[in-house]
Amino acid sequence: MQRIGVFVCWCGSNIAGTVDVQAVSEALKNEPGVVYSTNYQYMCSQAGQDMIKNAVKEHNLTGIVVCSCSPRMHEATFRKTAAAAGLNPYMVEIANIREQCSWVHKEMPIGTEKAIILGKAAIAKVNLNTPLIPGESPVTKRALVIGGGIAGIQTALDIADAGFPVDIVEKQPTIGGKMAQLDKTFPTLDCAACILTPKMVDVAQNDKIRIFSYSEVAEVGGFVGNFDVKIKRRARYVKEDVCTGCGACVEKCPMKKVPNEFNLGMDNRTAIYIPFAQAVPKVATIDPNHCNMLKNGKCGLCAKVCAAGAIDYKQQDEIIEEKYGAIVVATGFNPISMDKFDEYAYNQSKDVITSLEFERLTNAAGPTAGKLLRPSDHKHPHTIVFVQCVGSRCAACAEKGKEYCSKICCMYTAKHAMLTRDKYPDTEVYVFYIDVRTPGKNFDEFYRRAVEEYGVHYIKGMVGKVVPEGDKLKVQASDLLDNKQLHIDADLVVLAAAIEPDKSARPLATMLTASMDTNDFFTEAHPKLRPVESPTAGVFLSGTCQGPKDIPETVSQAGAAASKVIGLLAKDKLTGNPCVANSDELMCNGCSSCQRVCPYGAISYIDKEFRMPDRTTKIRRVASVNPAVCQGCGACTVACPSGAMDLKGFANEQIMAEVDAICK
Amino acid sequence: MQKITCEQLIEKAVALLNDGTVSCVLGWKKGEFDYDITPALFETEEELKNEFVWNDFCRANFSKYLISKTAKCEGKILVFLKPCDTYSFNQLLTEHRFDREKVYAVGIPCEGMADIDKIKAICGDGICKIECGEKIAVSTIYTDEPTLIDAKDVLAERCINCKSKKHVAYDELIGEDGDVIDSGRFDEVAKLEAMTPDERFAFWQNELSRCIRCNACRDVCPACTCEKCVFNNPKSGVENKSPANSFEEQMFHIIRAFHVAGRCTDCGECSRVCPQNIPLHLLNRKFIKDMNEFYGEYQAGAEVGSRAPLVNYTTEDLEPGEVFDRGNKDA
Amino acid sequence: MQMKEYKPLIVAFCCNWCSYAGADLAGNNRLNYPADVKIIRVPCSCRVNPMFILRAFQKGADGVIICGCHPGDCHYTSGNYYTRRRMAALFSMLDFLGIERERTRVEWVSAAEGAKFAATMNDFAEKVAALGENKRLEDLRCKK
Repeated sequence: MQRIGVFVCWCGSNIAGTVDVQAVSEALKNEPGVVYSTNYQYMCSQAGQDMIKNAVKEHNLTGIVVCSCSPRMHEATFRKTAAAAGLNPYMVEIANIREQCSWVHKEMPIGTEKAIILGKAAIAKVNLNTPLIPGESPVTKRALVIGGGIAGIQTALDIADAGFPVDIVEKQPTIGGKMAQLDKTFPTLDCAACILTPKMVDVAQNDKIRIFSYSEVAEVGGFVGNFDVKIKRRARYVKEDVCTGCGACVEKCPMKKVPNEFNLGMDNRTAIYIPFAQAVPKVATIDPNHCNMLKNGKCGLCAKVCAAGAIDYKQQDEIIEEKYGAIVVATGFNPISMDKFDEYAYNQSKDVITSLEFERLTNAAGPTAGKLLRPSDHKHPHTIVFVQCVGSRCAACAEKGKEYCSKICCMYTAKHAMLTRDKYPDTEVYVFYIDVRTPGKNFDEFYRRAVEEYGVHYIKGMVGKVVPEGDKLKVQASDLLDNKQLHIDADLVVLAAAIEPDKSARPLATMLTASMDTNDFFTEAHPKLRPVESPTAGVFLSGTCQGPKDIPETVSQAGAAASKVIGLLAKDKLTGNPCVANSDELMCNGCSSCQRVCPYGAISYIDKEFRMPDRTTKIRRVASVNPAVCQGCGACTVACPSGAMDLKGFANEQIMAEVDAICK
Repeated sequence: MQKITCEQLIEKAVALLNDGTVSCVLGWKKGEFDYDITPALFETEEELKNEFVWNDFCRANFSKYLISKTAKCEGKILVFLKPCDTYSFNQLLTEHRFDREKVYAVGIPCEGMADIDKIKAICGDGICKIECGEKIAVSTIYTDEPTLIDAKDVLAERCINCKSKKHVAYDELIGEDGDVIDSGRFDEVAKLEAMTPDERFAFWQNELSRCIRCNACRDVCPACTCEKCVFNNPKSGVENKSPANSFEEQMFHIIRAFHVAGRCTDCGECSRVCPQNIPLHLLNRKFIKDMNEFYGEYQAGAEVGSRAPLVNYTTEDLEPGEVFDRGNKDA
Repeated sequence: MQMKEYKPLIVAFCCNWCSYAGADLAGNNRLNYPADVKIIRVPCSCRVNPMFILRAFQKGADGVIICGCHPGDCHYTSGNYYTRRRMAALFSMLDFLGIERERTRVEWVSAAEGAKFAATMNDFAEKVAALGENKRLEDLRCKK
């Protein structure tokens, strides 16, 4: 049996004005478990708190009920008071008789009656309270960043800057991501490489940062502060620490007809290759699908010319195991496939290209050395049609497109149109759009300049069909503002393809038990207040893996994610919330209902041996809650059919007792 | 469809027992009366040949027995599963309640089982012998000649409204597999929904007041496989053995129906075993019908590992206040 | 109609993060609602087991209302989505048994919606009062 002290607060006249506090403390005196009951002007004042502390000692109290303002106001205060008096802080319950009683009910008898009932409910609960001790777990002071694009780079740099070691896992042979493929960046038109590559070099030179390029995450175990991660380093057949990146092998490689993915297949590379000049790490990689030596043992030229002796045809995939305290997901995006958009003739004509391909065509390091030439005949295009929202905002075409707005297309299309008109004033440029969305600093000004200064023809309407005819592309479109059909003979059509999360994100989310939306974007812990955290503790989100973003937004989110990681790694120990779920193993059926509703992946299953009454043993699958991961929502407790799952601090019995006390 | 015979099943069971595939057989044997066919575990060829029964009264759903039997039996267990039983079988696998590796499941076709109450309604009391052949021959102590009854005329309610002749789980199939049936199993629920609340209350008060709380519905239910039922667990807050006016007494059926909601395969065992003939399956079917209408068609046990509607959600789900305007005519 | 003295008993389950704070805000703004409403704090609306609701009714409550964060705003990301499904199923079942549908309600109240909280409670209390005492769940198994 508990020994409960009841402390009724007047809160000056805030409570005492409409609640007869004397009557309340008198009435609660006779409740089960109550050994002491009193009232005082300001319970939260030093004098009030001292009164509680003294009463704990004097009456050997095991539980405390404070009838006062909202627990959201002073629960923490009174828990501290209890702790100072030597009680477990979770032996305190608050009856909210101010916000939910005296302030909303005007008549004294009514307010008093309700205050007594609320006090009884709190007493009924405290009678069933048990001391709770928050769990503690150590923190591994190392972060993992998955994805080495601008988001991952920025996050890693910021974390390393605070003094914590960071590993970047990048599945391509180099970091840099999509931004490395871009030409200029809106709205300032500085060149992407000029601002990105110095950061890539910073990463390479930072002794706190390790880059695992050409690698992927294979397995994730553990929980916040204590993740165990297996990283698969794919064999690149080149010793990374020996290769100097001189490029002699690339020059000599006889396999010169491999489509170059960095230029989106618009030119070719060799079987041994360095993706681009500023690659980090700047080491060669052999493409095993095209290397003659690896395929049939004939060639070996690269090994012959490599002065450093870095080539190793026998290299194997390698698994690295490492512990991390925090994981940042920065897996980025890809443009969606245009295969299903037959109406734009993407697969019929080489001169129908995506915007990312256009970036490469205008990039000085691209396949045309920056000259805008048609892929089919390398002639200069005189009429270019840009089509916006290809697969974006496409509610009706869910099977091929996306319902959401890809956010970046309006701005990069304005950039493309403007740059084209700037470099080639003899070119007519048309942009077909649903809406032009330019919410961002200097964005609308940028778009207005494209229209007003550069004379880009913006036409509200969608392109219905593109038909290749001779060396022209017949574009049929509608102009919604003039309400007429348009026919344009274009030389080049550029499709602003929707962007989607990288395909590696979904399996990664499963490994991390991080939740995703239906579009495979990672879900944030709170859409407004916790935008860079995933609901899974210790997993953070950076860049477009969380939703479409431009570079400035990505960088700011990357910094925000880094600061959250730093905040976590700066702690030596994590103190959990003790009000977590726990499963009674004797009752658990192992049915997995609780696991299905847990938003945090806090529940796993173990095979446990039970002694049976007949002295035999039986192995049963039972749920096990990781208290460091559980946030205490209680979804599992209702999903559990057997009632094995309960929530500490809000146990079934406790809530039932409150219900009973109120309804009696 | 060719009706399978008892001999066929015994032959199959003996073969699997003798070649070591299984070490025991979960089947039916005769009970006190000819219509009281009960589940039994057979371990030898002799037992099978002497006692194994397959006829119009083999109603029991064996799925639930697998939990305790697989835990005890050393080798594999042969289990015969009617189409409706296979759903419970899958649902229990979804809930990890037994080891699939320890079971050899033989799917058997089913034309529906007989309802003894319907037979009694035709023949009266005093049934002393029943023989199942082309027709069901029922002898009573009051008559010399057996009454011949067509099995189709005395089908149990759940068989009239059979939801599927298709086996969704088996290692081996005897006979041909059937199809999922678009049955009228929700008609009765819809009829109740169309009543006024007062009429519905009167209906259920009449039905549920007959309950003697024998727990047969729970004990037979393949979804009620908890290690410890909340109604037996003092910590759950619903256990109360004092008889009068208790929470447990009043709310038993609602709580039980909610606990199995989304997991109930609609096998109908609850209503079959109810000694008071309370149509308990209607409560479960109401949940199934609602969830089909609210969240899209879902059949518990149709596939292993599926996610039941109550442990799932979409951001577009309807609001609890909207449920009344759907399906119900009155307002 | 019930006698004048009849006062309904209403149990309100409020999630800690939105609705309980909304109720506090109603208090801060001195927005009145009947004292018949008694609030029980739960971490999330998804903590509310249908058994709690049935228990309240069985112990004499005339109405039970569950308040949580608006869909999409759950502190625990998805708790209220489960609440929505569970309560939809439960309410429909109670209706199926002939229990008056106005006795149960789910309302999404954010921490900023003190006015909505008070208005909701006023409206709910009025509707429940009009129904009178909750007899049916008590009598469900007692045919007279």
